[in-house]
Amino acid sequence: MAEFNSKDTAAFKGVWVFCEQREGVIMSTTYQLLSEGRKLANDLGVELCGLLLGHNIKEEYVKGLGGYGADRVYVCDSELLKTYTTDGYAKVICDAVKEKKPEVLLIGATNIGRDLGPRCAARLHTGLTADCTHLDVDTEKYKAFLKTTSTIDVDHTPFENNTNLKMTRPAFGGHLMATIICPRFRPQMSTVRPGVMKTQPYDEAGAQKVVVENLNIALKKDDIHVEVLDVEKAAKKMVDLIGADVVVSVGRGISKDVEKGIKIAQDLADVLGGVVGASRAVVDAGWISSDHQVGQTGKTVHPRIYVALGISGAIQHQAGMQDSECIIAINKNADAPIFDISSYGIVGDLFKVVPMLTEAIKALEASK
Amino acid sequence: MKVIVCVKQVPDTSGVVAVKADGTMDRSSMATITNPDDMNAVEAALQLKEKTGCEVIVVSMGPPPAEGMLREILARGADRAVLVSAREFGGSDTYATSQILAAAIKKIGVGPEDIVFCGRQAIDGDTAQVGPQIAEKLGMPQVTYVADIKVEGKDLVVKRMLEDGFMMLKVQTPCLLTCIKELNEPRYMSVGGIFECYSKPLDVFNYEALKDDPLVDLDTIGLKGSPTNVYKSFSPPLKGASVMLEGADKATCEKLVGILDGKHLI
Amino acid sequence: MDLHLSKEQEMLRKMYHDFAENEVKPLAQEVDEDERFPMETVEKMSKLGMMGIYFPKEYGGAGGDVLSYAMAVEELSKVCGTTGVIVSAHTSLCCAPIYEHGTEEQKKKYLPKLCSGEWIGAFGLTEPGAGTDAQGQQTTAVLEGDHYVLNGSKIFITNAGVANVFVIIAVTGHHLNAKGRKIKDISAFIVERDFKGFSVSKPEKKMGIRGSSTSELVMEDCIVPKENLLGKEGQGFKIAMETLDGGRIGIASQALGLAEGAIEETVKYTKERVQFGKRISQFQNTQFQLADMYAKTEAAKWLVYSAAMKKQNHEPYTVDAAMAKLVAAETASDVTRRCVQLFGGYGYTREYPVERMMRDAKITEIYEGTSEVQRIVISGHLGLK
Repeated sequence: MAEFNSKDTAAFKGVWVFCEQREGVIMSTTYQLLSEGRKLANDLGVELCGLLLGHNIKEEYVKGLGGYGADRVYVCDSELLKTYTTDGYAKVICDAVKEKKPEVLLIGATNIGRDLGPRCAARLHTGLTADCTHLDVDTEKYKAFLKTTSTIDVDHTPFENNTNLKMTRPAFGGHLMATIICPRFRPQMSTVRPGVMKTQPYDEAGAQKVVVENLNIALKKDDIHVEVLDVEKAAKKMVDLIGADVVVSVGRGISKDVEKGIKIAQDLADVLGGVVGASRAVVDAGWISSDHQVGQTGKTVHPRIYVALGISGAIQHQAGMQDSECIIAINKNADAPIFDISSYGIVGDLFKVVPMLTEAIKALEASK
Repeated sequence: MKVIVCVKQVPDTSGVVAVKADGTMDRSSMATITNPDDMNAVEAALQLKEKTGCEVIVVSMGPPPAEGMLREILARGADRAVLVSAREFGGSDTYATSQILAAAIKKIGVGPEDIVFCGRQAIDGDTAQVGPQIAEKLGMPQVTYVADIKVEGKDLVVKRMLEDGFMMLKVQTPCLLTCIKELNEPRYMSVGGIFECYSKPLDVFNYEALKDDPLVDLDTIGLKGSPTNVYKSFSPPLKGASVMLEGADKATCEKLVGILDGKHLI
Repeated sequence: MDLHLSKEQEMLRKMYHDFAENEVKPLAQEVDEDERFPMETVEKMSKLGMMGIYFPKEYGGAGGDVLSYAMAVEELSKVCGTTGVIVSAHTSLCCAPIYEHGTEEQKKKYLPKLCSGEWIGAFGLTEPGAGTDAQGQQTTAVLEGDHYVLNGSKIFITNAGVANVFVIIAVTGHHLNAKGRKIKDISAFIVERDFKGFSVSKPEKKMGIRGSSTSELVMEDCIVPKENLLGKEGQGFKIAMETLDGGRIGIASQALGLAEGAIEETVKYTKERVQFGKRISQFQNTQFQLADMYAKTEAAKWLVYSAAMKKQNHEPYTVDAAMAKLVAAETASDVTRRCVQLFGGYGYTREYPVERMMRDAKITEIYEGTSEVQRIVISGHLGLK
């Protein structure tokens, strides 16, 4: 293999997506990334390739990656890749990238992706942008995006016209959005926040015609410097915030009676067919487990209805829910920032209002 | 045995934050704090010191005011501080920063029993990249999202969090661990510690001190050299003010339900 | 004259503040309502060196200065008056007299465990018949061979229910003065909780600082080893008065903290409360009241800090401490009362902390020398006879 030079940008072609799987099941974030990668590959006129590492992954899953947009899937099968290790996965991915030279590599910003991405970027001497919420290669599409999401005067701002990957992400706890580029090095790497990109509909034809290629990368036990002793799932079933249609979140406003506050939120969630979420303050206080956390350091959700109970609406929380279709806020402080972004607001005591709201919804259901 | 902890001084983004007219942060308007995850890393190091008597060295790359933060960490029980500071390093992205910090750590010296601790991510960049990138540059194994550490002879048995569970891993020193808030409860500075902190050693590594280290590729440091740079930055526009409903009684709730029903939202 | 805090003192202020907000404030209401001594807070403060702030390292102290100690009591009292007085009484009324008047053996025996917080300290001067009239002491201490036998009782003793070490004042004899009048010889003793004949009786139910342990001490043929005489026989009253001088800085700091805490809560509340379509912080009455209170509290602060600095420099500070306590205590009572008023009806309920701060503040005008006593000290200094 010739010496790998990440500065030789012209030599790199193709959009790659790292297809994360755990215990043989493809993560939903992989399908989101493939859908997004497909758009980028189309704009660039290049192949979209999935990169799948694991052991004995079912063929239907492999082909399924084609159903979500991949033209080609590179598979590396080894018992040493069955469970994620930094060393094993980084070696295979970096060796593959050095050989095939993709211009873009997307990784889901899961706990694993955020461990793997930076290790690879450092090894490949290239830049990595974390937690991206929006990607563009086409300048006009990027300008259109800016028009709807920023206060920049797009028509009177100069833009270079090139196909550099423009990676947009929140910074400073969500107070600021930044678009990052990696102009001088390849591949342009990005970890993408789970739950943000839309998954395109499954296309059987794509699954049928996807090209599956095995990667011949020698991986030895000595390459891996960490021993996996055990992998355990949490005993309690985690709440699925990202997939939920309706989220009813509680904030510091429940402090007077935490148990009651969570109960009335759960009751409201039940009649609406949703789940209970929480602000960081509630999780930090130990009132609810961290899988309920919505926000910059929690999960990003965009349900049909988001109800914020006793949540002030600090920017870190907003970062996790501001794209919800309909935001309803109940807070006893009329000046709470949450009212700046909510669709409907009630200034009142949530302990009184929420049960009445639940009753009103039940009454409506009964009348139908 | 040494434990080296990397810490960063960051603006307190959970407090009042001002954005300038051009869309960039008004850093001068914000209080500075030690990055919260880094405090968990410091606590992990101090707990190891209590168990094994090891030396704790705290390192930070930042402008001169970061000295105050380093003194606060010395006041909690760290033994020595290193401030990596130079104009040439300013504006570095994570790739550039990790080279410089790796060179600084190499200069401090990493022995076979030593551990490098980092916080999982900083609250200004929110990337979680510097820790793993330092590990790559130093050629040492990494474990991220560490929620528990046990020392068993030469090995560390570490609990690594996943979104829905965890992994138990065994790793040998020297290695790098990134810490999350579930790992421990950071201690306060002690009164005695505060009165001692200004007499503990604090070294400054500047450009001259690190520029010749092979880990530092001078073309890829600082604002100009960093592989990634900011193309545009902007603050999200404020959404329109919401429809505030009158009152907070039964009638108000019925009205809201009516509106939602009308819009086929419920 | 540099009125700025040192770098270390600024760091201490930050640590005290964070500790008070995170560890002390969440417990304050419960400590008051349940009259519960917050032992867990004492354990946490001990780990941080807060139970021996200004004593030298050689005796187990943190090696700090008197102002650093005053600031600790101030910051703690901003969120909880009870916690502030626990540290103040322990430090100024027990650790300090042993440090200032103890023999090397006594210092080495008692100070390390007191400064580390392993032992809590208290001071017994006040008796049922001897409050402001401290000379009205009736507790006796009779030397019998290698020990003293103490008989008597002390009331209103702070930390009594939890303390391990007590500095007790007792009458050891009499002498005739030049005019032939019988004068008491008063002495000071270091008494341990488990000395034979020593007991602590039922806790006092109080208006404020309800979490502070306040009880009666009863000595019935209490055996105190001869080595535990603090200072010389007959020096006890002087030791007690000097001890109270230092204690007054502590209580003045407590009062200062209570006033500052009340103002902070009131500023926050008035910016949220809306009446007549405006935030009540927009009414001039609110603004002027808070401006007055803030300025008066700042003035009290400088009296407290100045007294602390004089003590630190071993300059005479008795009058300074008296002024600091007089002004800070009366300011605290006034400020907390006015803050309750600005809160209106809500301020009278236990949902908000200001009513507790008002109840806590009152005692600062009374204990460790009433405001009247402070006026005697100050007017004495002016030579008014």
